[in-house]
Amino acid sequence: MIVDVKDRQLLEAFQQGLAISPRPYADLGNRLGLSENEVIERLDRLKQAGLIKRLGVIVRHRKLGYRANAMVVWDIPDEQAREFGRRISSFEFVTLCYRRPRHGAGWPYNLYCMIHGKNRETVLEQLSVLEQACKLSGFKREILFSRRCFKQRGAIYQNAAPLIQPALANG
Amino acid sequence: MMTPLHKQLLNDYQRNFPLSPTPYQDIATELGVSEIEVINALTELNETDVITRIGPVIPPNRIGVSTLAAMAVPEAQLHDIAQIVSAYPEVNHNYEREHRFNLWFVIIASGAGHLQQVIARIEQQTGYSVMSLPLVDDYFIDLSFRMDLHDC
Repeated sequence: MIVDVKDRQLLEAFQQGLAISPRPYADLGNRLGLSENEVIERLDRLKQAGLIKRLGVIVRHRKLGYRANAMVVWDIPDEQAREFGRRISSFEFVTLCYRRPRHGAGWPYNLYCMIHGKNRETVLEQLSVLEQACKLSGFKREILFSRRCFKQRGAIYQNAAPLIQPALANG
Repeated sequence: MMTPLHKQLLNDYQRNFPLSPTPYQDIATELGVSEIEVINALTELNETDVITRIGPVIPPNRIGVSTLAAMAVPEAQLHDIAQIVSAYPEVNHNYEREHRFNLWFVIIASGAGHLQQVIARIEQQTGYSVMSLPLVDDYFIDLSFRMDLHDC
């Protein structure tokens, strides 16, 4: 799929938040010189192509009592990361799971997952369930609970972005 | 105070928000309430910062280039360094975490060169090195999950 300049402008504007008014896509179009219909068609196409992963209300978990957030990292043989990643992702309390490069002796971890819970005890219980079910107990692992949140903003990419990437099946 | 409508909007519309000319009317029809009730409830959630916005989640590295970055900084300087880092428009989700690497943030840039530039400037400005951990493989990126809101 080709993402043109209009698509990019549309995504940028849309990431600022949809108006909470009766014809929000028409409002969005007015700012960009697009008709309501064109806005909806383009967004639909971007969604089909996977450039919009999800569309909806974006919640501040902390405000709703989900105060404990743990980033859990494991050192897993690279060739097994995908299989473990898939298993970990199947748990409902897991909100993110990915592989990243190791970084020297001080950071030997390559598999990450994020667990949100109302408190630390719940998160640790969920982690222990997950580790048992996924047979993860033999691997080196650390739990990084979050403390202060200094900035939380959606992944709004920069206006300067000249880069238009064709959508590939798996990014 | 959260009403049942607030809770339904929070849990049921994190994904598949209607792409139609009148999305709030569509939601109202689905929930058996009026459009103005939906609009009012969402406005309240927005004004009280329970939701940040209604909008898209765009997967990493599809448009632009991103990385997860971490820094190990002395506790006494953490607040100040966090402010420096947060001031970059390319930075989002800047958190303190319990670890020697105690500051974690995401950088989104227009391309690889721009990303390197931001990292170099943060290192220069703070005097501490930045560990960059770009995505290798994504097993699950969704960020929506069912919340238990009975005690809200």
